[in-house]
Amino acid sequence: MKIFFKILIIFFLSVNSLRAETFSLLSEYNFFQDIKSQVPNKGVIPYHIANPLFSDYTYKFRFVSMPDNSVASYNHEKVFDFPIGATIIKTFAYPVDDRNLKKGFQLLETRLLIHKKEGWIPVSYIWNDNQTDAEIKYIGKTIETSWIDKNGISQNVRYRVPNINQCKSCHQINKVIKPIGPKGRNMNLDFLYKEGQKNQLEYWEFNERLTNLPKRKIPKPAIWDDESFSVSERARAYLDSNCAHCHREGGSAGNSGFYLSLEQNDGVALGIRKRPVAAGRGSGGMAYVIDPGKPEHSILLYRMASTDPGVMMPELSRSLNHKEALPLIYDWIKEME
Amino acid sequence: MRNFLSKIILIKFFIFINLTGSLLSNTIQPGPLSYEEIQKALILSKPGDIIELGEGIFEFEDGLSLDVNNVTISGEGINKTILSFKNQKSGAEGLMITSNGVTLKDFAVEDTIGDAIVVKGANGINFLRVRTEWTGGPKESNGAYGFYPVQSTDVLIDGCIAIGASDAGIYVGQSERIKVLNSIARYNVAGIEIENSFYAEVIGNISEHNTGGILVFDLPDLPQQGGHHILLENNIVRNNDTENFAPEGNIVGNTPNGTGIMVMANQFVEIKNNEIKNNATAGILIASYQDEAEDKNYNPIASNIFIHGNSLINNGFNVDKIRASPISEVTNGKVPDIIWDGVVPFIEWIGLRSSQRIILGDNYSDSDTPIFANLKLMTKYLISSLHKVDTNYENYRGELNPIRPVIFEKD
Repeated sequence: MKIFFKILIIFFLSVNSLRAETFSLLSEYNFFQDIKSQVPNKGVIPYHIANPLFSDYTYKFRFVSMPDNSVASYNHEKVFDFPIGATIIKTFAYPVDDRNLKKGFQLLETRLLIHKKEGWIPVSYIWNDNQTDAEIKYIGKTIETSWIDKNGISQNVRYRVPNINQCKSCHQINKVIKPIGPKGRNMNLDFLYKEGQKNQLEYWEFNERLTNLPKRKIPKPAIWDDESFSVSERARAYLDSNCAHCHREGGSAGNSGFYLSLEQNDGVALGIRKRPVAAGRGSGGMAYVIDPGKPEHSILLYRMASTDPGVMMPELSRSLNHKEALPLIYDWIKEME
Repeated sequence: MRNFLSKIILIKFFIFINLTGSLLSNTIQPGPLSYEEIQKALILSKPGDIIELGEGIFEFEDGLSLDVNNVTISGEGINKTILSFKNQKSGAEGLMITSNGVTLKDFAVEDTIGDAIVVKGANGINFLRVRTEWTGGPKESNGAYGFYPVQSTDVLIDGCIAIGASDAGIYVGQSERIKVLNSIARYNVAGIEIENSFYAEVIGNISEHNTGGILVFDLPDLPQQGGHHILLENNIVRNNDTENFAPEGNIVGNTPNGTGIMVMANQFVEIKNNEIKNNATAGILIASYQDEAEDKNYNPIASNIFIHGNSLINNGFNVDKIRASPISEVTNGKVPDIIWDGVVPFIEWIGLRSSQRIILGDNYSDSDTPIFANLKLMTKYLISSLHKVDTNYENYRGELNPIRPVIFEKD
């Protein structure tokens, strides 16, 4: 009898620890007041970042949930230190018609990064056809869909929901999983809250969600498509957010020695006159990652402009070209000496 | 009460089956759902699990990945279980492994859009009787690498076959403690390539019909460089007669057509008891890195290369005049089997310092012309009027301590 009791306890404990990790439905977390319209519950803060990763023109709705009375700690160049129990929430969606967002969105997936004692756990939920809830999926999925773009043209896309290994490949640094977006230099922006427009950092601090905010004035981040910044500032901002999660020391592309984070200053590491190593046909017959002044001879631009899975960069999250970003990288390389 | 207990027992039993299900044999067969089944098994696997793949052709549109330690993926044979990526639509490679201690055995990966099998940052990886192949023959559009462990340790490749890679069939880069044994590489640009790596043995392989048979390279501007302690022993390196089909820009694109063994910018390489036959440019080529490199930590010049006991037959009969122009310019007619470019640091060239570069033991050649040539390219570039190729074998004769066997950490 005693033994059975013990087994029972062990059983419930193990089931509980599994349950505590993840729910099978997104709604079970109670993050949203209105899940379909992505209206968060009280205490779940929506935010945006200065330079998002291009993901086949999807819109992304970002939120963070933190346990009551817990705070994140500010870092400028790294991601904030979030408390255990925090969850970063990101929903990917296509607008029905990008010219008129009032027509609504098709929600594709909602990704969570859940901060556990043992580290950050990535998990993705795929939205059902009725858009009433999303269900957990570890192995990814291909969603063939379409939307009407800003020019009124219907675009087809083979959207890939990443599997958990693919989540890790971008989010891992030295085999430790971390969020990528919410770092100080990416968050110093205004956001339209239901209370009105406010600076995100000030809003988080005011609501006791952020500590260690520096007293000095925090610089405004360069934004890749804001032409008030220089071409170089915009290009580096774009490459930082679209490439550097892998192309950094300890990242998935750490073996390339080609590093694109904003803090990188070494010319060769940035690709300038750096020769390809393991690029295969990704080299496109060119000698350098960046051939200064010659964008048409630069592997970087060649791979960004490709949609061949054996050539294109980034390897994940993209099947279409980011048409608006290619001229920026072109101009950046062109103006180099 | 009794009833209640027996219910618990039943439930418990049911759970036991569920939890241990993965330990029981549950072979995945080819079929329309096999991608999901395999990827799910890879993700939900636990250390120690064996994922068994049945006989037949699995057709995939997306890449597969594994990130759980000590998992085995096992097929039913190198020609029986085939993972075909002919219609691949996403993923830059066929199979990506990022965990430690994984064993891959008895299956083939075919026609991936990029590399076939990539292993990144693993402590321990075993490839046993695995084949990677591009089935359309050597083509520039083939993926770069067949076997591609990088930044890994304790790498074992045994009994494998690599065919058709547009860079290297078996490539080990920026790794430490490596054994490439009893494998076959054909119709690749480089058959077997050890790059920027420490402590490798390449023993008992056949490398034929590639552009270059076995390459030992070191390149600048990478996190790990300064390749050293590489043993090439008892390999058959013959008939490397496939024209270089690497996409331009890649370093292997510089490999001359018909190269047997090529060493570039490594230290302590022992080339021992190999059969090197019918390679049109050269049997053994020792070279420095020729491009400019700004990297101050990089040593572009090879040293302590010990060549002995090799059988060198019918090499150097038709030099690649484009990629090996220095050879064709400085030699007339049949080229010696062993060629060294003769590039040394300037201070060594003017005679203020000396160090061991090339050390020759006994090597067998069927040729009655010189076996060895130091091209003395430094002299050629600096004072061309004094330039003369040195083919005096005895000037380079010597002995070097043998390279010790590689011992894996887990051994």
